[in-house]
Amino acid sequence: MKTLIKINSLLIAFLTLITISCNQGGGESSNGALSSNIAEKVYVAPGERDAQYAFLSGGYSGNLTVYGLPSGRMFKEIPVFSQFPTSGYGYSEETKPMLNTSFGFIPWDDLHHPDISQTNGELDGRWIFANGNNTPRIARISLSTFETEEIIEVPNSAGNHSSSFITENTEYVVAGTRFSVPVPQRDMPIKEYKSNFKGALTFIAVEPEHGHLDIKFQLLMPGFNYDLSHPGRGKSHGWFFFSTYNTEESNTLLEVNASQNDKDFIAAVNWKKIEEYVNNGGGTKMPTNYAHNVYDESTHTATSTMKKEVLTVNPSEIPGAIYFLPTPKSPHGCDVDPSGQYIIGAGKLSADITVHSFDKMIAAIEAENFDGDAYGIPIIKYEDVVAGTVQSGGLGPLHTEFDGRGNAYTTFFISSEVVKWKLGTWEVVDRQPTFYSVGHLMIPGGNSRKPHGKYLVAMNKITKDRYLPTGPEMEHSAQIYDISGEKMQLLYDFPTHGEPHYAAGCDADLIMNNSKKIYRIDENMHPYAIKSPAEGKVVREGNEVHIYMSTIRSHFTPDNIEGIKVGDKVYFHITNHEQDFDVPHGFSMIGQGTSEILVMPGQTKTSLWEPKKVGVWPFYCTDFCSALHQEMQGYIRVSPANSNIELSWSLDE
Amino acid sequence: MKKASILMIIGSALLLGLFIFPLWNIRLGAPQYPDPLGINIHINGLQGESEFDIQNIDGLNHYIGMKTLPKPDDMWEFSVFPKVVLSMVVIGILIGSLGFFGKISSIWFLLWFVVMGILGALGVYDFNLWLVDYGTDLNPNAILKLVNPDGSPMKYNPPLIGHKKLLNFDAFSYPRLGGIFLGIGMLLSLTGYFIGRKTTVNSN
Repeated sequence: MKTLIKINSLLIAFLTLITISCNQGGGESSNGALSSNIAEKVYVAPGERDAQYAFLSGGYSGNLTVYGLPSGRMFKEIPVFSQFPTSGYGYSEETKPMLNTSFGFIPWDDLHHPDISQTNGELDGRWIFANGNNTPRIARISLSTFETEEIIEVPNSAGNHSSSFITENTEYVVAGTRFSVPVPQRDMPIKEYKSNFKGALTFIAVEPEHGHLDIKFQLLMPGFNYDLSHPGRGKSHGWFFFSTYNTEESNTLLEVNASQNDKDFIAAVNWKKIEEYVNNGGGTKMPTNYAHNVYDESTHTATSTMKKEVLTVNPSEIPGAIYFLPTPKSPHGCDVDPSGQYIIGAGKLSADITVHSFDKMIAAIEAENFDGDAYGIPIIKYEDVVAGTVQSGGLGPLHTEFDGRGNAYTTFFISSEVVKWKLGTWEVVDRQPTFYSVGHLMIPGGNSRKPHGKYLVAMNKITKDRYLPTGPEMEHSAQIYDISGEKMQLLYDFPTHGEPHYAAGCDADLIMNNSKKIYRIDENMHPYAIKSPAEGKVVREGNEVHIYMSTIRSHFTPDNIEGIKVGDKVYFHITNHEQDFDVPHGFSMIGQGTSEILVMPGQTKTSLWEPKKVGVWPFYCTDFCSALHQEMQGYIRVSPANSNIELSWSLDE
Repeated sequence: MKKASILMIIGSALLLGLFIFPLWNIRLGAPQYPDPLGINIHINGLQGESEFDIQNIDGLNHYIGMKTLPKPDDMWEFSVFPKVVLSMVVIGILIGSLGFFGKISSIWFLLWFVVMGILGALGVYDFNLWLVDYGTDLNPNAILKLVNPDGSPMKYNPPLIGHKKLLNFDAFSYPRLGGIFLGIGMLLSLTGYFIGRKTTVNSN
């Protein structure tokens, strides 16, 4: 047990360490990264391509960013949970439904933990999943179009943080709640949190062919905070592990009150057993309300469906499916090594890393050797499950990844470093400072049976002086280390967008050859698409006007339209007739209360304009599409609401 | 003579390759086209090297006022050439077979070669006429009207064979597998003639 005084002295120690590491940092980096052999390791010559992809969470940007390793160059920002004017995502009529929730249209979220789909425990490069932390949602992003294809809201959850990790054949993407809440939600005193609030762990089935998401069941756990999670793999496939804190079940001043227990738990969940139970009719259907949004590549359109029911499972219904593994000091990271044998709990208020053994856990369960229970869930004795502890010499361990060569790499936030240690012997073999206060780290494939372990990317929470100053607010900073040798070698710094919480990466070969270049116009099933410019037309339905418009270098068809009136709702349905790689056309209308849209070759997108003023108003292409781009424009005549001017449209008449 | 006749038969049969593989290829590369655009010229029509190359070449050519690339129905050549080639194959195999059974001398092989050579030369002449027309008969309302330093309008016909710089594009024009089959087939018929003549002389 700790006292407040101890915590205070610990905090002072933290601050001192941060200051020390800052000072050390500046000096070492200027010596190390300038030597020429290091420069060669990150230099990707013009026209050459990177060896690996890295997908970095954008945190509060709500987006996912795509980088190359080892160059650290950013290739794309993929909008997921946030409106994105660059492409019109969340602004176009087709993509607005993607951001629908039971709370209505939510234009933003906090994107945390990307995870690439797997087959037999190895990355297969088909999709990448990500979680929205604030308004709980899980997204699936295609790795052939690099577009968000599906978002499912997670009911009964709040602070969707121990998410979106997948099982080793992408059977499930798992979403655990960080904040426990009343389930179902109701008006009740906050002080009655203890034993009344629940923590929902949600298993979302992934349909194998198209990746469609469907909530299979929700496990309603005791009201702890479920912080992070990872799947079992290999021998432990079928289990899922969740770190917890606030097993004290405090509802106020958690920084003190949730740090009282010397040990919290890692929850080991035998999802195969629960899956069998629900397949045989187990569980309780609970009325609820959540959105399921699916983007269809052939219609280029998303639809949002409200779902009204979720299958819940109470742990007491299914004894033998869930166990608690005591883990010291409010564990944060909960990582599983490539063999599936070791479950690493990083006690974030500690110097040491606790490693549990899957074999020991199974033995203890078989021996029924328990240290009591919590809400009916058996607690395995700490000594019976722990495989070892890493005496790190650092402070504040957070996350661990693996290189597939028997080594683990753990980030230390407070002591601002990455520590390399050996699985099995638990000895520390190397440590390198980070700049500064590292959160997550990522080794491509480092969360799978087969890491692609050449580089390590450390994602730092504090940037300070790493780049030219840009005022009080600046981007976060990542560092690339070469981990192919015995010692880690710092190669490069690069700024990241938003706040990266975790990342996923893989060899470029896994994805690059499947990346789509264009959408085929002959496969475009959008209801307002036109297959040739000759089909361009304008149709009035009451005060709604639908403009069927095409683009090709470099004109709109039609480009002169009359007969629009003040008060109309004008829908521009724009089909890009290009079938050439990297020739999008954009569209924007003066005074339009939305963003431009960027239409890819073969695609149709719709932009809404509600004209408010009489006049002749121009629109233009927003993407420099050709030498005649500046000529790519048109006019719309807007007449008074009571005018009799007939609709007409033309091109070159 | 049997060996010579077999060469004649194989040689003329090789022309059938023209029905599968392109005769010729014109490829256009530019800095912003790291994957070049290409036209495969078959005896019965034009095909893009990649699916949308024809459309994309037409899209670029409209800036300088070039006509769109011809569809099979737009040019008589695409219906006549297959008939001519097929006739020459049938005649070649017939001549070869007759030679095999000793009915005719190898002078017929030479005759076939010469006729094929004349037809080929006419084909190349016709192809060049089309290239020149395509590259010089420009729409007067073209978006880009470029002139040479001497003030004459710029011509955009790709080379008959080899490389030529067309504005930002490098144009390459070379025979493809069908054309190579044609060349080898003709060489075999000529070889057949020489071997046939030699064996006839010797046996006499």
